Amino acid sequence: MKNIIEIENVSFAYTRAPVLRNVTLIVPAGEFLGIVGPNAGGKSTLIKLILGLLQPDSGTIRVLEKDPVQARPHIGYVPQYPTFSRRDFPINVVDTVLMGRLGFSNHLGGYSKADREIANEAILAVEISDIAKRPIGALSGGQLQRVLIARALACKPEILILDEPTANIDMRVEEDIFGLLKQYNKHMTIMVVSHDIGFISGYVDRVACLNQTLVCHATDAISGKTIEELYGAPVRMIHHSHPH
Amino acid sequence: MNYITEIFSYGFMQYALLGCLLASIGCGIIGTYVVVKRIGFMAGGIAHSVLAGMGIAYFMGASPLVGAMISALVAGVLIGWINLHWRQHEDILIAAFWSVGMAIGIIFISRTEGYNIDLLSYLFGNILLVTTHDLYLMLILDIFIVILVMLFYRQFLATAFDEEFSRLRGINVEFYYILLLCMVALTVVLLIQVVGLILVLALLILPAASASQFVSSIKRMMLLSVIFSALITTAGLVISYEPDIPSGSMIIILAGIFYILSIIIQGAIKKFGKN
Repeated sequence: MKNIIEIENVSFAYTRAPVLRNVTLIVPAGEFLGIVGPNAGGKSTLIKLILGLLQPDSGTIRVLEKDPVQARPHIGYVPQYPTFSRRDFPINVVDTVLMGRLGFSNHLGGYSKADREIANEAILAVEISDIAKRPIGALSGGQLQRVLIARALACKPEILILDEPTANIDMRVEEDIFGLLKQYNKHMTIMVVSHDIGFISGYVDRVACLNQTLVCHATDAISGKTIEELYGAPVRMIHHSHPH
Repeated sequence: MNYITEIFSYGFMQYALLGCLLASIGCGIIGTYVVVKRIGFMAGGIAHSVLAGMGIAYFMGASPLVGAMISALVAGVLIGWINLHWRQHEDILIAAFWSVGMAIGIIFISRTEGYNIDLLSYLFGNILLVTTHDLYLMLILDIFIVILVMLFYRQFLATAFDEEFSRLRGINVEFYYILLLCMVALTVVLLIQVVGLILVLALLILPAASASQFVSSIKRMMLLSVIFSALITTAGLVISYEPDIPSGSMIIILAGIFYILSIIIQGAIKKFGKN
């Protein structure tokens, strides 16, 4: 099986203080990987490096055996919800999802019929066809998150990358969204950043703990001790049970 | 009604009306982008720096409007380019272009032989003086703006909505940002005819901001903004005629009133809808 993402010895700093140090991570095809870690631990930075929005100071990153920028057409990206603050923007759900088709069809004029069909499939897949005509300003947090996932799915990606998809969303909706992701994982590789290790460990195959350096754990090996090492302080482990 | 037909029986008033309507097209379309992308003060910086080009053109005996167009485009590209490379200094950059542009303009105007130019008509506009030549130029600018927006509608929409995602979809975000600022620059030149460069900002923003209260798509917002600015400019023209008030100022006051009214009406609709 081929590797989807290969990160080798990557270090990165915005100014002098290092954000990532010697990070190595291999993501095989079909994996559902969770990335956890404290705030400012470098999670979003790692995502930006994989997307080619930032360049590593040292080390190499290959996505689908290509340079990250060249691999972009195959990546579906769902941005972090709190930073996505354009709720007052005059646009409806369908037009937002259609943006996932940009860069695939001709550059001038409107979207093609095929683009609209693909966007429609994505809308059906995340079960939001009943609100497809609504302006995004009228949506709940969970609904908006589904719209952003549909927009990423409309890219027909091989990899889906989500940055804190369930921050500020209530528990029940969080379970719905991860249930949805678990289904997509049957035919695509998924990488999800989260602050809630206890919750995601019920869904993902492997957890990468990132706090400047990166350590991977198979989900069954996660214990209070691992978390304590990561956050540098004892934390309460939250247990959930999920029917799979 | 007789009063209105009487006003527009004069040739210069027909020209003025046509000028207002032509300006409204560019104003509504580009004003929409300025409002949703929140680059109002950048548009203000471009508008005021235009005086530099006007002053230099006047000094050299060239058409001030051509000077305005060149300096608006130069200011648009420079503000955009510098802003992309030193993002944190946006406000300083705008302030610098805003005042330095005006200072250059005033020096050139004061140095011009036979200084008798009606500086006030550049600053506050005088649509009653619009010529056939100006109207043709306005028409060409409108056509240019409409064609560009139709060709790149998706790209402008996507980059205004979510820059990062657009970049990931292979859109050259920087290119469209600077192209948009250039279109803002051309629109400023269009509107200078009507309200002058000091008042341009209000006419660019207020009709679009009013429209944004009532619609939830960019296309409709553009259409409604064009209608709003046509209404506002025409009404300003008619009202200012009899008491001989400067039409540009009247138009801006109406735009302000219109904006406040639209907020109140929108608030009332929301309240009514809840009950």
